Amino acid sequence: MKRTFTCIVCPNGCEIETGYEGSQVLSITGNLCPKGKTYVTQELVDPRRTIATSVRVTGGTLPLVSVRLTNAIPKDRIFDVMAEINRQTLAAPVKIGDVVIKNILGLDSDVIVTKNIEKA
Amino acid sequence: MMKKQAVIVGGGPAGLAAALRLKEKGIQDILILEREKVLGGILRQCIHDGFGLTRFGESLSGPEYAQRFIDKVLDAGIECITDCTVLDITPEKLVTAASREQGLLQIQADAVLLTMGCRERTRGALATPGTRPAGVYTAGVAQNYINLQNIMVGHEVVILGSGDIGLIMARRMTLEGAHVQGVYEVQPYPSGLPRNIEQCLNDYNIPLHLSHTVVDIRGRERLTSVVVAQCDERYRPIPGTEEEIPCDTLILSVGLIPENELSLAAGVELDARTRGAFVDEHCQTGVPGVFAAGNVLHVHDLVDFVSLEAEALANSAAEYLLKGSLPECRLEVKAGNNVGHVIPQRISGTRDFTLSLRVRQPLSNVSIVVRQGEKEVLRKKMRKALPAEMIQLPIKAEKLSDSADMEVYVE
Ligand SMILES: Cc1cc2nc3c(=O)[nH]c(=O)nc-3n(C[C@H](O)[C@H](O)[C@H](O)COP(=O)(O)OP(=O)(O)OC[C@H]3O[C@@H](n4cnc5c(N)ncnc54)[C@H](O)[C@@H]3O)c2cc1C
Ligand code: SF4
Repeated sequence: MKRTFTCIVCPNGCEIETGYEGSQVLSITGNLCPKGKTYVTQELVDPRRTIATSVRVTGGTLPLVSVRLTNAIPKDRIFDVMAEINRQTLAAPVKIGDVVIKNILGLDSDVIVTKNIEKA
Repeated sequence: MMKKQAVIVGGGPAGLAAALRLKEKGIQDILILEREKVLGGILRQCIHDGFGLTRFGESLSGPEYAQRFIDKVLDAGIECITDCTVLDITPEKLVTAASREQGLLQIQADAVLLTMGCRERTRGALATPGTRPAGVYTAGVAQNYINLQNIMVGHEVVILGSGDIGLIMARRMTLEGAHVQGVYEVQPYPSGLPRNIEQCLNDYNIPLHLSHTVVDIRGRERLTSVVVAQCDERYRPIPGTEEEIPCDTLILSVGLIPENELSLAAGVELDARTRGAFVDEHCQTGVPGVFAAGNVLHVHDLVDFVSLEAEALANSAAEYLLKGSLPECRLEVKAGNNVGHVIPQRISGTRDFTLSLRVRQPLSNVSIVVRQGEKEVLRKKMRKALPAEMIQLPIKAEKLSDSADMEVYVE
């Protein structure tokens, strides 16, 4: 089978032509670096993504703080993870790197704060 | 009246990187003026990741990338006034600003660094017909509401234009529970990066309709629907292809324009192609001692390159401040076949510099050729070249002639 992937690992966004059988990559062209092959192999078996969103903050200079995942999670769990993150509220101050949820839903990824917010 | 060696207008990534480099080069007397309450520029609202891959080798969110520079600027003891809008700059480099705390400020600068970023093209600039109901936002404004102010802008969404910010917002709004019906792009190719088409649209099954535009906006107080239509190759809607799409929100992602009112006041001449200043290889505008870098000069897609450009600017600005002038740049750099614009537009022919350009349309298996008269300076083969991706080519002084204008074209 043949499929064209757009590698999302870096801004080059290489278009990668792949010949494959099941989860086996048979031929690959168009990737400027080896990470492209790792990406395609992962896409074939278990596509994963990171997400970024925000969490409510009380008593801070802004009502929200941005957060992101430290590791990619299976693509089909994105909305479960969003729902879990949306249940959180933090109290100011918060700072970059603070862990909001450790090992979210057992998916081996932490939710961390990506902005400093002072007390109002 | 205050006196400063360098006044930096705008505390976004360009201004912050320039300030740090100036300090490293021995310039002590630096002042950053920033309109917002905090430093960091547009990155504060860009909460998605993908920043810093070239610079730090990791995928950071916008606020994290900005904070790394802010921390260093504060550690270096560089003076910053926030909540302070620059109102005027004269060709003599007298800067007037309004500060919330300090009132009206007048600062005589030896060098002025323009790093004001860009603004979004709005509906007015597009002349979309129809009524003016609520529910129409530019992508950046929607991003600000959702990511900074916790205000969700709508539920049934149509996006006009396939710029990167619109694509990022399509995903963001989907994650927040909205339904994005589709992205409509008048050109036959997307204007955002391929990776954003993939991870922001394809991942969430959001359709991208190329050669389509919005021809009507309906609703009295709140938007109730838009009418889309297919377009021909000259971007004219094709009669009979109209389709009405019920929605409460229309997001415009139709391009960014460098923010240059102040530059004009300072007597800086603008390039109609970039909508930013004409600059030489030192990032110096036509007004000696006035420099520009970042989105105010030409719209960038990657902040990593903004930081690099601002550092190159600061190297030159420091030289200007320490020596009183910079080598003259008399040679013109012209955008030739299929090249949309080039930066810088003038060079000396005696120094290394980085040439930035964008192609006019998607191309495959082409070469970018840099030539001075008979002399080929550089030829770069590219499997694909997209208008969405800025191309940057480092050029070495030993390859250059100091007597012939330069032409950059696609072959
Ligand atoms: C919405 C959006 C999404 C983006 N997404 C990505 C991405 O995913 N990945 C990536 O690498 N890049 C991305 N970029 C590009 C990158 O963020 C920008 O290229 C970068 O922020 C530009 O930096 P800058 O310093 O030139 O401008 P800005 O960040 O815009 O900073 C300009 C600063 O100048 C201040 N200013 C303006 N006028 C005045 C005045 N008169 N007086 C005082 N201060 C003033 C503004 O308040 C602002 O703080 C995105 C850009 C935008 C707009
Ligand atoms: S293949 Fe390598 S260079 Fe190409 S997009 Fe993927 S990571 Fe980037």
